[in-house]
Amino acid sequence: MAPKDWNGASFTRTVPEWAAECLSGFGGLFFTRERALPSKNFRSGLAMATLHTRSAARLMMAPSVLLLLAWMIIPLAMTIYFSFLRYNLLMPGMEEYAGFSNYSYFLTDPAFFTAIANTLLIVVGVLLITVVGGILFALLLDQPMFGQGIVRILVIAPFFVMPTVSALVWKNMFMNPVNGLFAWIAKSFGFQPIDWFASVPLFSIIIIVAWQWLPFATLIMLTALQSLDEEQKEAAEMDGAGAFSKFFYIILPHMARAITVVVLIQTIFLLSVFAEILVTTNGGPGIQSTNLTYLVYAQALLQFDIGGASAGGIVAVILANIVAFFLVRLIGKNLEA
Amino acid sequence: MGSISLQKVSKVFGEAKVIPSIDLDINNGEFVVFVGPSGCGKSTLLRLIAGLEDVSGGKVVIDGKDATDAAPSERGLAMVFQSYALYPHMSVRNNIAFPLKMAGMPKEEIDKKVSDAARVLNLTDYLERKPRQLSGGQRQRVAIGRAIVRQPSAFLFDEPLSNLDAALRVNMRLEISELHQQLKTTMIYVTHDQVEAMTMADKIVVLNRGNIEQVGSPLELYRSPRNLFVAGFIGSPKMNLISGDYARAQNAATIGIRPEHVSLSTSDGDWRGTVTVAEHLGSDTFLHVNADGVGPITVRAGGEFGVKHGDTVFITPDKSRMHRFDDKGLAIPAAA
Repeated sequence: MAPKDWNGASFTRTVPEWAAECLSGFGGLFFTRERALPSKNFRSGLAMATLHTRSAARLMMAPSVLLLLAWMIIPLAMTIYFSFLRYNLLMPGMEEYAGFSNYSYFLTDPAFFTAIANTLLIVVGVLLITVVGGILFALLLDQPMFGQGIVRILVIAPFFVMPTVSALVWKNMFMNPVNGLFAWIAKSFGFQPIDWFASVPLFSIIIIVAWQWLPFATLIMLTALQSLDEEQKEAAEMDGAGAFSKFFYIILPHMARAITVVVLIQTIFLLSVFAEILVTTNGGPGIQSTNLTYLVYAQALLQFDIGGASAGGIVAVILANIVAFFLVRLIGKNLEA
Repeated sequence: MGSISLQKVSKVFGEAKVIPSIDLDINNGEFVVFVGPSGCGKSTLLRLIAGLEDVSGGKVVIDGKDATDAAPSERGLAMVFQSYALYPHMSVRNNIAFPLKMAGMPKEEIDKKVSDAARVLNLTDYLERKPRQLSGGQRQRVAIGRAIVRQPSAFLFDEPLSNLDAALRVNMRLEISELHQQLKTTMIYVTHDQVEAMTMADKIVVLNRGNIEQVGSPLELYRSPRNLFVAGFIGSPKMNLISGDYARAQNAATIGIRPEHVSLSTSDGDWRGTVTVAEHLGSDTFLHVNADGVGPITVRAGGEFGVKHGDTVFITPDKSRMHRFDDKGLAIPAAA
């Protein structure tokens, strides 16, 4: 098994699973559906029959449940196992039990704290830009205008561009200090062009990632906006609410749930931003734009230290769960009907 | 305070002329009901008065001032919507307080007004609840409360009872009528239900295809409908409209006679007919009779008039209560 495979898998797989769990309740999703079906379709049957069908249904579902479970458990278990080994690719065949030393090295590495700070900065920064921008774009797109359909498709377009491509486009076409569009604009106004990836690497990455996620936020916000009852807006108008009051008292509370969904889903993906960093800054200069995902990658594939990287992966999983816990505590109540 | 005048008001949606041209005066303190079948433009007319739609032509004058271009909130009107349009994330208290808050009223005054309104509408115990925790009737009252606190010069109701069940509807009808007696404020009420119109209105405006067919008090419309449309629309069960030889004999294209102005007998009368359906309501009996040479006639008889399907009855219309219409559907005055 190639080390790249399991290491990537353990981190990125467990995060979405945590997401599924906190968004809808992992067990709830499966078992409520299973219970609802027999009672609807076999209402004429006896109580015994429904009990029977229920266990039959469990039995038939078992393979897929087991497969999914294995899919999650095996990479996770292997990562945990490797994290307790002294395992370096440069010294094959020398693996030995290392206790918690991988963890203590990883956690005391000064790069670790920078990486955590960078991870959180990326998450918070992108969320700020996409939520505020998404709401503004949604308000704009909700207005009747000429060519609405085409404009909406264009707005969604960035979401279809793969991260590596969009990051390269930004790097070479916009942010390049010599040939980039931003440099040209700065020069034509007589300013010194900014060397984006050298002077503000993290901010540059935040901009790129925000650009990718803005369409998603806009789309969700737009659907929320369109589900707002027209009569409510009219009532607010009759009640003397101006444009701003209408927005803050009527529209924004109505969008609370959509905003929650955007924040939860984006957080899941933003915790593991990787491609944008790899193709633009390579985590640099120094470690200024290294986040946790990139740090684990560097540990495993640049320093060939599988044990340390595994420990880092497990730490990342734990951190993601902590973030999830607080996030759900903070805004999860918005999702209740 | 609360007089509204529409002068040659028209409304066009794209190609469709929803309201060709309407002139209407509403006096202060009147309870005016716009009634008509669905799609007759009655809701549009209300929204034009509210300012939620712009007029395509003509003027809306409120309290002597031209309000044609005024924003909805500047017109001093309050509206109760069909869906109630309560703000779902606000408590009942905040819903009712919202217009006052928007007007920048001090907090103590808002609290006082909200609790006053809540007392009038029996909502005091529900002030902290959210709209979704209320029943249909309570939501309706919150919507009315939100309208009352602004002390508007007129209330606009857009089919406010159509989402309630039958029993509650009768109740709320009474409550709104009582409220009008208490407040003595102009009210404009839109409905497609002629029973609501008859029971609540000081003045009924019958609309059809964007035109006013007739304006008058409920009894005026009942006694002397100006044309066939009003004759058929006002009154329950509907007026019997008879055309053909019998009408021609009376010098009219169509003859109208209300079910309650026909007398019944089992032995003799003008028309002989067979009962097709007898609806016993207890207080009344509605008989659907197939009269020979005249056609189907609905007759209102006493509650305990014991006839059933297939019986032969004799019916006699009260000639003095008969309505005559010419070939254009307009009423022919009784004197002529």
